[in-house]
Amino acid sequence: MVLQSLKNCLWLSCVLRTPKASFWSTASGGLIIQSISNDVYQNLAVEDWIHDHMDLEKQQVLFLWRNSPAVVIGRHQNPWQECNLRLLRQKDIKLARRRSGGGTVYHDLGNINLTFFTTRKKYERMENLKLVVKALKTLRPQLDVHVTDRYDILLDRQYKISGTAAKLGRTSAYHHCTLLCNADKFVLSSVLNSPYKGLKSNATPSVPALVKNLFEEDPSLTSEMLLDAIAKEYATQHQIDHHITLINPADEILLPGISNKTKELQTWEWVYGKTPKFSISTCLTMAYKDSVLDIKVNMDVKHGRIEVCNIDLPEQWLPPGLYSELVKSLTGSKFCPNETTTLATTLLRVCPQDDELHSRWSLLCENMIRLM
Amino acid sequence: VCIHRVRSCSSIRFIKSKYVCVFDKSAFKFSHQQRLFRTSAVSCGQIVQFKLSDIGEGITEVTVKEWYIKEGDSVSQFDSICEVQSDKASVTITSRYDGIIRKLHYSIDDIAFVGKPLVDIEIDASKGVASEEDVVETPPMSHEEHTHQEIKGHKTLATPAVRRLAMENNIKLSEVVGTGKDNRILKEDILNYLAKQTGAILPPSPKAEIIPPLQKTEAVPAASKDKGRKIPLPVSRPIAFAGKDRTEPVIGFQKAMVKTMGAALKIPHFGYCDEIDLTQLVQLREELKPLAEIRGVKLSFMPFFMKAASLGLLQYPILNASLDENCQNVTYKASHNIGVAMDTEQGLIVPNVKNVQVCSVFDIAVELNRLQSLGSAGQLGTSDLTGGTFTLSNIGTVGGTYAKPVILPPEVAIGALGKIQVLPRFNGKGEVFKAQIMNVSWSADHRIIDGATMARFSNLWKSYLENPASMLLDLK
Repeated sequence: MVLQSLKNCLWLSCVLRTPKASFWSTASGGLIIQSISNDVYQNLAVEDWIHDHMDLEKQQVLFLWRNSPAVVIGRHQNPWQECNLRLLRQKDIKLARRRSGGGTVYHDLGNINLTFFTTRKKYERMENLKLVVKALKTLRPQLDVHVTDRYDILLDRQYKISGTAAKLGRTSAYHHCTLLCNADKFVLSSVLNSPYKGLKSNATPSVPALVKNLFEEDPSLTSEMLLDAIAKEYATQHQIDHHITLINPADEILLPGISNKTKELQTWEWVYGKTPKFSISTCLTMAYKDSVLDIKVNMDVKHGRIEVCNIDLPEQWLPPGLYSELVKSLTGSKFCPNETTTLATTLLRVCPQDDELHSRWSLLCENMIRLM
Repeated sequence: VCIHRVRSCSSIRFIKSKYVCVFDKSAFKFSHQQRLFRTSAVSCGQIVQFKLSDIGEGITEVTVKEWYIKEGDSVSQFDSICEVQSDKASVTITSRYDGIIRKLHYSIDDIAFVGKPLVDIEIDASKGVASEEDVVETPPMSHEEHTHQEIKGHKTLATPAVRRLAMENNIKLSEVVGTGKDNRILKEDILNYLAKQTGAILPPSPKAEIIPPLQKTEAVPAASKDKGRKIPLPVSRPIAFAGKDRTEPVIGFQKAMVKTMGAALKIPHFGYCDEIDLTQLVQLREELKPLAEIRGVKLSFMPFFMKAASLGLLQYPILNASLDENCQNVTYKASHNIGVAMDTEQGLIVPNVKNVQVCSVFDIAVELNRLQSLGSAGQLGTSDLTGGTFTLSNIGTVGGTYAKPVILPPEVAIGALGKIQVLPRFNGKGEVFKAQIMNVSWSADHRIIDGATMARFSNLWKSYLENPASMLLDLK
């Protein structure tokens, strides 16, 4: 393992962008790497690192990776619109925002991810997807798979087995796509179903599609087989050895600065704070004692924080001073259940100690939290 | 077009009132091959329209999703300007120029067109304008490369770094004598030229300035004695500190804390501190820890502290009370909902264990485990965080001995526990032995609680913990 990482050091130090870097006399047109980690943030950080630090002029890269259960939203998407955040928290499924565009996907170990790194000029998604289709057909000639003009790969002309997204920078670009081998479709459909109503935003919406696992079509297929087949096809097309180099995304020596990139991808500011401005206009239905109240709520959320908050409570339901305290505290705070809970419960300490008041306050706050 | 010109002129006048700049927008509307316009006055920066470059794949339009800069910001070449999206591809647009952003042509969510202006950048006139053809995405030139330039018919060899140095000092390269190979002008040549021109002494190299203190004291008396000798005098430089203050608004949870602590200020606090010998308790916990682990629970000291506190509150219920707003009524709370201060990413949160008076030490441990894991996951619910009647803060896990805790309204008492230290103490026979000592600092509301009550409660609590077997007598 030590020898392997030393060799990796040499490989990658060769391709780091330096003004004098010109010693790839080995002139291999490509490099195939696979992550040993299943952590979505670490793997996304590797993509960032390669995009920022590698010179792809002489050598293109194929990066293979898989993640433990996670929902990955596109750069300009709204997580509240795209998935069931409550369910994610309950099931301890991670939420990540990637830097490329496109829609939301569910990852688990039954899904494989492929990233094609090239220079900006050589960015060509269709070619990459055709490579994947060719690899699949070489492995199983009877598979009916083809690429659509939306850059999806369809199985049997109707089931989506792969989605695509891309990121273009100044000099380099990457195109990544998923491939459903044996993912949990039940979890997939439940987490990608948003329960949040009344959201209005210009965030990129996802286009829902009917999905199927390749495993369902041919139970002899495994993720490893697919990864290998694609690597083989890539090697053939780039005239390089069919050799997959394993990399550890936690290796700071091999990938200097990677841990900072990993940390940044996990910050609230990135995952939630990068949500484009949106508004919520909805109605809370609260059962209180013998009556049912319909409370209109309007909120504007910018950078993941509540900019404007209006709760249309019946007059005197809460003492006006208290209501304005609540709104004042909510304004500027994160649109996040934890933040709102701690905020609301802390404010309760300075309210008059009245059981009736406390139960109304708790009821209102719990309903507000359900919006997040 | 006429109106346009007047408008642009007046806006430029606003920026640089002294100079009149003549705009000619038609110049860059059509062929991009044409040189960009030049202003008549040298000091006025040239405004360049930075166009959206080709994205590839035949894409002609994109949506602007995020601006990284705003009008008035200064940018350097290769800085990120904005993020645009087209058909599942997110593209980072970087600047081609150094300059100041003068205009953003699009707002967020607008459609931007390839080949059309994206931003207007005012380029520093002295740096010159890169023509459209120049802007090719090549890596920066290495310092070894040399460029030839025709100046007044002379061919002058100099690296870009040397050229820049000359330009910055308004030196004409043709007037400098080159001492390098092929009469190449080197950096030293420029510096020498400068020195001759101004008679200035060039700044000494950093090494020469670092004079050890010993030499300094010797040098000074020597200089006064012998003025003929040339001794480099130490240059006293002011310590340069480049840090900047940062102001942030108080929002969200912090604001709520400000409110709560402001309310706590109204409570007249008094403090009472003591030291507890936990030697026996430490031993007891060691014995019980594996039993708890078998049941899947992590057993800390807190469940013992909390149970002992609850037993004490049964004897001194005023410590588990609440005073109303007008100080008219005292409510003695039936439940002992003991809060435990927790330090999280957001700050201080205080979930409480409900009804400690009917819980066993093990029950409390289970509940604490649940609250701790929810707390670190940021998933505590409203019921966990409300209804507290008495609080313990185990600040000792972080550090410290004595503290001055602040009562959390609407409660009337709080205890802060310091760290457990191994200290020498005297036993009954006058011998020194090793004791596990912890300090406790109580704060109470002096409006309804007096010192004696607090002291007696503390003594009772202390006795339960110093002799854990005694808790068995009073457990309900």
